Amino acid sequence: MIGLLVGVPLLGAAVLLCGGRRLDRGGHWLGTLLSAASFAIGAALFLSMLGKDAEDRAMHSKLFSWVPVEGFQADVAFQLDQLSMTFVLLITGVGTLIHIYSVGYMEHDPGRRRFFGYLNLFLAAMLLLVLADNFLLLYVGWEGVGLASYLLIGFWQHKPSAATAAKKAFLVNRVGDAGLAVAIFLMFTTFGSFAFAPVLSSTGEAGEGTLTAIGLMLLLAACGKSAQVPLQSWLGDAMEGPTPVSALIHAATMVTAGVYLITRSGAIFNGAPDAQLVVVVVGGVTLLFGAIVGCAKDDIKKALAGSTMSQIGYMILAAGLGPIGYAFAIMHLVTHGFFKAGLFLGAGSVMHGMNDEVDMRRYGGLRTHMPVTFVTFGLGYLAIIGFPGLSGFFSKDQIIEAAFGKGGTEGWILGAVTLLGAALTAYYMTRVMLMTFFGEKRWQPDAEGREPHPHESPKIMTIPMIVLAFGSVFAGGLFKAGDTFVDWLEPVTAFEHGHSPVSATAVTASTIVSLVLGVGVAWFQYGRKPVPAVAPRGSLLTRAARRDLLQDDFNHVVLVSGGTHLTRSLVYVDNKVVDGAVNGTAAGFGGLSGRLRRLQNGFARSYAVSMFGGAAVLIAATLLMRAV
Amino acid sequence: MIGMTDAASAGGASAASGVPSLWTVAAGAGDTLQAPSIEYGKLSPVLIVLGAAALGVLIDAFAPRRARYSAQLFVALAGLAAAFAAVIGLAASGAATTKAQIAGMGALAVDGPALFLQGTLLLVGIVGVFTFAERRLEPAAHGSRVDSFAAQPASVPGGEGEQQAVKAGWTTTEVFPLLMFAVGGMLLFPAANDLLTLFIALEVFSLPLYLLCALARRRRLLSQEAAVKYFLLGAFSSAFLLFGTALLYGYAGTVNYSSIARVVAGTDAVTDPVLADTTGNDALLLIGSALVVMGLLFKVGAVPFHMWTPDVYQGAPTPVTGFMAAATKVAAFGALLRLLYVVLPGLRWDWRPVMWGVAILTMLGGAVVAITQTDIKRLLAYSSIAHAGFLLAGVIATSEDGISSVLFYLAAYSFVTLGAFAVVTLVRDAGGEATHLSKWAGLGRRSPLLAAVFAVFLLAFAGIPLTSGFAGKFAVFKAAAEGGAGALVVVGVIASAIAAFFYLRVIVLMFFSEPRADGPSVAVPSAMTTSAIALGVVVTVVLGVAPQYFLDLAGQAGVFVR
Repeated sequence: MIGLLVGVPLLGAAVLLCGGRRLDRGGHWLGTLLSAASFAIGAALFLSMLGKDAEDRAMHSKLFSWVPVEGFQADVAFQLDQLSMTFVLLITGVGTLIHIYSVGYMEHDPGRRRFFGYLNLFLAAMLLLVLADNFLLLYVGWEGVGLASYLLIGFWQHKPSAATAAKKAFLVNRVGDAGLAVAIFLMFTTFGSFAFAPVLSSTGEAGEGTLTAIGLMLLLAACGKSAQVPLQSWLGDAMEGPTPVSALIHAATMVTAGVYLITRSGAIFNGAPDAQLVVVVVGGVTLLFGAIVGCAKDDIKKALAGSTMSQIGYMILAAGLGPIGYAFAIMHLVTHGFFKAGLFLGAGSVMHGMNDEVDMRRYGGLRTHMPVTFVTFGLGYLAIIGFPGLSGFFSKDQIIEAAFGKGGTEGWILGAVTLLGAALTAYYMTRVMLMTFFGEKRWQPDAEGREPHPHESPKIMTIPMIVLAFGSVFAGGLFKAGDTFVDWLEPVTAFEHGHSPVSATAVTASTIVSLVLGVGVAWFQYGRKPVPAVAPRGSLLTRAARRDLLQDDFNHVVLVSGGTHLTRSLVYVDNKVVDGAVNGTAAGFGGLSGRLRRLQNGFARSYAVSMFGGAAVLIAATLLMRAV
Repeated sequence: MIGMTDAASAGGASAASGVPSLWTVAAGAGDTLQAPSIEYGKLSPVLIVLGAAALGVLIDAFAPRRARYSAQLFVALAGLAAAFAAVIGLAASGAATTKAQIAGMGALAVDGPALFLQGTLLLVGIVGVFTFAERRLEPAAHGSRVDSFAAQPASVPGGEGEQQAVKAGWTTTEVFPLLMFAVGGMLLFPAANDLLTLFIALEVFSLPLYLLCALARRRRLLSQEAAVKYFLLGAFSSAFLLFGTALLYGYAGTVNYSSIARVVAGTDAVTDPVLADTTGNDALLLIGSALVVMGLLFKVGAVPFHMWTPDVYQGAPTPVTGFMAAATKVAAFGALLRLLYVVLPGLRWDWRPVMWGVAILTMLGGAVVAITQTDIKRLLAYSSIAHAGFLLAGVIATSEDGISSVLFYLAAYSFVTLGAFAVVTLVRDAGGEATHLSKWAGLGRRSPLLAAVFAVFLLAFAGIPLTSGFAGKFAVFKAAAEGGAGALVVVGVIASAIAAFFYLRVIVLMFFSEPRADGPSVAVPSAMTTSAIALGVVVTVVLGVAPQYFLDLAGQAGVFVR
């Protein structure tokens, strides 16, 4: 049954990718259907899980032995517990909605069948990632989503920018993947296994140094997949992919795999406070980094990408807090999955109506032309900024509270950072909202001279947006009411209450204050006066933020030129030293050969002398051996 | 004792009196003449081959010229096949394992190694006959198809007589009985159980080979020069061997292997008053054994007794080279193994260090000098020297694994060699075989199949995995390392690396160079050469991919009767 969850979309991918052109007409519906079937299976499993006691809910199922070697047992086995279940429902649920949306969005694309094949492949890989019962199989899923992400970012590979972006995402992710591989090696050498149960239950036996090393390697992996500093640079460019892809993979699901990894390996991080500190720092830095970038971008998708980075920073930070934060990290992950997917679908809908224009400075006043998009996007907006009563409010508020709850100076710093992040979120999202839907029209004809005629998207696109808007509004409240979500995850993540020096009410109050501040400043800048159609020069920080805080320049200077120099010197060493040694040896043997060859002079008499001498030496040596 | 059964030896009883009665019955003047008891069944492989050889002589003497070729071919193949069947029959009856014994009044051993090597030699002989009998390669002379051998060997090269013989379409069908005699001697060689039989066997197979080397149809002077060199140096080495035999007799008062071994071990004392001055003199033992070993090292082509190899390999007709390279090595290594394992095990602390030196020199010498060779036949000659070195590493292991690994290596190597030289016969230009390496440039583009086949053989020579060469080399080195010769294995691997260079160089030349405008053409052979090459490829690949069965076979055969 658990295997079917993975198998159904995998079958879809196989059929769609190998089926050929005859599936061009109906293939997208097949993909959508299989995705929905996977969701149905997930829902059925969820119901059966609800019927059990909290402690007995985890299900295991072994499919087959993958590498049955003495001392190295790798199984293809699944584990479905509350944490995995949460992900399964999110992945298949949001995934199915986005499949449906894509039917409309990709209607005129010649590669539609391939697109749905990739989407199904992504679902299968992502489900494998969250269902694996060991780190090795998780790694398979991890690479699988990386592959799907690569294929989908570069889906329009005829655009050089898309091909480059795909390559960039792939390369950056390799760095993280290497981290995961090293972490698995370390686990195997330390614990003799890489299955969750033996590794996570025996972390006490390993030294803290080892656990810290494993933790940092896992964090490196998480940084790659979840676009955290310092491996964040690929996410912005990944927006070259079709918008549904951005919504599903680069907002709702795949990029949160790092949060899953850290939460799943909680036992390791709990035993390695230093690694946890690094996790928190990475989360906090990325939170502000993404938010600042999001404030400056005029490309609606890139602004949202910055926001995604920032929101995942929240999650990573929460996960780094340990048992007081795991549940909130996952809770924010789920609510974020709803509202960020909704926002991206809304952005896609806007682009759909505006001839694929992405520059917000050429939007404006769209609320009357696209009412459904406006309302659903608006609800997502309210949710993400943490408007009281909506999803984001509950989940983000909990994280801020947990950050204060860390205690000590650390707690104050983290609390301040998360509050600042909340203010920035409110600012940049309000900016997006105002520039897109309010103010005067700044529409301009596209490159081919077509005037935009904004119109509402077809129902097949708006219905998923409406469903996601419902999630954005209500999910947080549902999870929060009576601590449902925390109790649900408790058997997996072990929940502890933090000891916040600030009362919950005070935290909520300051959250709301920072929210109002952010919205206010944004309205002051973009609502009160017209938005210039061409971006002003801006301050130094703004200009830096437009360049993604110089991430690419940094990478270029440090990594690219550093790497180039390294390879150049290695090539030099290879040419001169290694090849020199090799060629020298070869030349030496060649010369020796040429000399020895002259002994073979063709005269039988010399040969006979050689034999005679040889015999003499042979006899002498034999006698000598006896003498010695 | 390593590598020996406790099987009671039939020769043991008679050996106590010194020389085996096989050699002395006739000399027993005054006594009643006793007929020696000969186990004809056990010796049938040798007898069949020698009988077929004698029949071949009669055919050449009395049959009309027209009928000789097919009659000789039939007799040779039938004789070899029957002998092979006899070997199989003997092995099946347990003669290789449980019923191993000494036959022929102590002169010959019928045991696992002997039968394994005899089987290999007979198969090599059959393939050799195929290549000898090939008549499609040389352009037809005046309407009659001819082979690679001189029309009238007795005629002066380039003289009137030669022209007339060519015009008449004559061929030298004597090569078949010569080959059969050589095979007969080779069958005896690894089975010889006393030093005199060893010497006789050596001469029986060497003399026909000297002759065969002189019989090339083209470049006859080169061929004759090679034959003379081979003969002179061969005679020289035979003298060493014979002298060593005499010294050993002086030491032990016997030429029988197991009797010498017992004297060396001190279990038997010599009581013959005639030899009272010399027996037990270690100098005689050491010098004698060194000289006998030297005689054998000459035959395997070990450095520094290797210098005949390149000249003879190059000058001899290529089918003869292939046969000689494969079969001589098999026979000589068999004899060397028996000598060292049966006669001289008590002396192994003396001969092992010396053989270490020889093996290292041979491996490195063969591999290094091969690098600068420009003639494919000379290249293969040096390659065969290097391979002799690798085989010596297995011999030095002094273990049962050492014996079986050498047996396996010999079987694998001989078919690769036969195949490789058979390929060389096919690459021809107006002057006959185009053996200069530069002419092989770009062969892979003109004749991809032939070049690919040759590449397979070269890879096997180089010991690349999935070829028989790898399995053999691995077995030999493994046995050597387990026998405590780790340093030798290191040298062996280095030598293999050097050797890989010139093998791969030929492959690169064939596949990655532009073909020459005046390049050679590839002759289309008859089914016989084709099957020789095909058999080589099949054996190479089968022994490379699934060597275990044959390793087991060699392992079962790896026990000498004492």
